[in-house]
Amino acid sequence: MRQIINFLIRYKTFLLYIFFMIISLSFTIQSHSFHQSKFFNSSNWVTGGIFQTSYNITSYFDLKSENQKLVNDNKRLRHILYNSKIKDTVRIDSSNINYTVISGQVIKNNYADQRNYITINKGKKDSIKQDMGVITDKGILGIVENTSNKYASVQSVLNEHSNINAKIKNTDHFGSLIWNTEHYNTVQLIDIPRLVPITIGDTIVTGAMSSIFPENIPIGTIKKFDLDDSKSFYYINVSLFNDMTNIKNVYIINNPNREEILKLEQETISNDQY
Amino acid sequence: MINTNFFINILRFTLLVLVQVLVFNRLNFFGFINPMVYILFLYWYPIKENRATFIGLSFLLGLFIDFFSDTMAINAAATVTIAYLRPVIMNFVFGVNLEFQSFKLGNTTKVQQITFLALLIVVHHFVFFTLEIFSFTNLLLILKKALAIGLATLILCLLFSTLFSVKKE
Repeated sequence: MRQIINFLIRYKTFLLYIFFMIISLSFTIQSHSFHQSKFFNSSNWVTGGIFQTSYNITSYFDLKSENQKLVNDNKRLRHILYNSKIKDTVRIDSSNINYTVISGQVIKNNYADQRNYITINKGKKDSIKQDMGVITDKGILGIVENTSNKYASVQSVLNEHSNINAKIKNTDHFGSLIWNTEHYNTVQLIDIPRLVPITIGDTIVTGAMSSIFPENIPIGTIKKFDLDDSKSFYYINVSLFNDMTNIKNVYIINNPNREEILKLEQETISNDQY
Repeated sequence: MINTNFFINILRFTLLVLVQVLVFNRLNFFGFINPMVYILFLYWYPIKENRATFIGLSFLLGLFIDFFSDTMAINAAATVTIAYLRPVIMNFVFGVNLEFQSFKLGNTTKVQQITFLALLIVVHHFVFFTLEIFSFTNLLLILKKALAIGLATLILCLLFSTLFSVKKE
């Protein structure tokens, strides 16, 4: 007994080090699986509050260019509206709505790490939930990962865990959008079969497979493509429409039917097993 | 005396966390270089203090940085490692000088200070990027990132330590 106590006293710093190391390693390894840790994210009120303060000060500097962006977006939407076939008033019925949109601002943006997360200033209070899609006026940005009362952290498309259903525009050939962590302007589209005719410059949009994003939200254009190791699928480099280094205003997309879709899929899978 | 030291350390802690997350985490020089200046806390921390407190404080420092930059607990792991290894590194760099009662960081030569800081940064960055990338197939990427960011960190830390150093009598 005494020897044990002596041992503990003699190696107390080393044991302390091991203790802290195990804590941090367990948190790190745990989150190497799919989801980010519940506690270790920048959407809590302390970090969110500090980022919000810093955003409040710095947001004035690029007000002009942000306004220009919003005006351009409005111009595009008006163009679509005035040239659409529907001339009469559109009746809005809440049972008919497929997606609702919430606006927000980016208060922290990362793109230099392997797993990049973005923090936005909308949270549970604004009915943001996990697994909602986040887009900008140009294209997709990511998926909501964690929420606090006033803030939410978003898993950026520039994250090695990111996996988004995407397809080639005007076709129904879909694949998965991933990131190989190399360049912040390029993401990869995999699992497109070899027989699909593609050319450099083709547009990539979100597919209809996921209940997170609506179909046909722009992602980017094909920059370079090659066959992968199995020689039956393409490995496509996609350059993003979004400038990931400069994002301010974002839109969060809510699909009210998502729970129903997920439940149905779950039931189908469990029925299959019998 | 203990009180002033205590407050200086608290102030340093807060300021370094804020500077790190609000300025240097957004630098993105060449697209990926974000120097980690908060290592200076471990460089400046008094030498003859309780080691357990020091390791605990370093863990907290790393954890705070982690909270802000969504990096799980990678910063905490790397910082705790250099906090534990600091006496070994100091022994290696300063040797017998460390034994003197009047030993101060300001009294040592420039070369010794730079070596000390550089060793802290090398160990920290190596642990950090190994954990971040977490596979040895990417050894080249780990080395490239550790080298480039380590160099940037070293330069900035040296600038900071010269800027805020106490004048020699």
